[in-house]
Amino acid sequence: MTLQRREVVQALLADRGELLVVAGLGSTAWDCTAAGDSALTFPMWGAMGSAAMTGLGLALAQPQRRVLVLTGDGEMLMGLGSLATIGVQRPGNLTLVVIDNERYGETGMQATHTAHGVDLAAMARAAGFASSVLVRDMGGVAVLRQSVQKDAGPHFAQIKVAAQKVPLALPPRDGALLKNRFRQALLGGGAALQ
Amino acid sequence: MDWSLATHQVLARLGFGVVGFVPDAGHKRLIELCQADARMRTVVMTTEEEGIGLATGAWLGGAKTALLMQSSGVGNIVNALGMVRECRVPLLIVVTMRGEYGEFNPWQVPMGQATAQVLRAMGAVVQQANAAAEVAAHVDAAARLAFGSYCAAAVLISQRVIGIKSFQEQAAQ
Repeated sequence: MTLQRREVVQALLADRGELLVVAGLGSTAWDCTAAGDSALTFPMWGAMGSAAMTGLGLALAQPQRRVLVLTGDGEMLMGLGSLATIGVQRPGNLTLVVIDNERYGETGMQATHTAHGVDLAAMARAAGFASSVLVRDMGGVAVLRQSVQKDAGPHFAQIKVAAQKVPLALPPRDGALLKNRFRQALLGGGAALQ
Repeated sequence: MDWSLATHQVLARLGFGVVGFVPDAGHKRLIELCQADARMRTVVMTTEEEGIGLATGAWLGGAKTALLMQSSGVGNIVNALGMVRECRVPLLIVVTMRGEYGEFNPWQVPMGQATAQVLRAMGAVVQQANAAAEVAAHVDAAARLAFGSYCAAAVLISQRVIGIKSFQEQAAQ
């Protein structure tokens, strides 16, 4: 039974506690919003290829907090070098999850490289991630959720999901708003005065 | 005048906790000074574009980032700079220029000549340092502008300061 992206993201974000989330542009940002908009989720509307590195910056700045990047296969493919950079930095509190539908979902469902066999999990393993898994069932998602919250990373997961259109669930678009609400929720009201 | 040492002191005094870079001859000494400073987390990147995500994420988490790059690297950050502008992320960029003062490599000239325009086109404030003695003061001012005004500010250090005149000299560094 092929995994459904909304169920996967819902499961990863259930009882998220103190988790800090970066959502890559497009469908993964909508998935996170469908699971419940949060000030501690930073959904991206652009800068394609930058989600993993945004997660790295956050993980380095907040070593006591767990950080989860959720992004798509197309977005990840645009920033593959960041796998090597994260592999060098090895932040123990960072997990990078690719929701892999093997399609560019926002542009007409064209095939991505992963549809032709490019193995992102193997790339992350070769780059030096502490763990890297290919997930195809909800049991694997449940195990991954534990790693996100507890185990020493960095972790990488490539989760194969059905290539299907799902209803839009849009977060706020205003970048300054998204930044400020995140910083105030994380750092306190004084963050706006920094 | 050791502009690298003076610039490192400015970065330390202003509390930059993250320094992202792609290895560069002109920035060699400043990079080494930052790597030796326990207050700074240095992040070596595969392309300058990674620095924009790095800086945005670090600021979300409360840390200040400086990016060190060559003028050619400015070409790699253009689209990502849109996030800095839209989210009003404060960001300091220190650029060593190529393709500018006495360049020997013609392939460096197009991007070197476009660097300031490209940065300005994406909303960054640009300051040009043409002598070693003024670099640190420019970095200090640009950093205060960036973090006071929530924008990107770049200091372009002239090739006149960097002083690389031939491929042989660069290879010998």
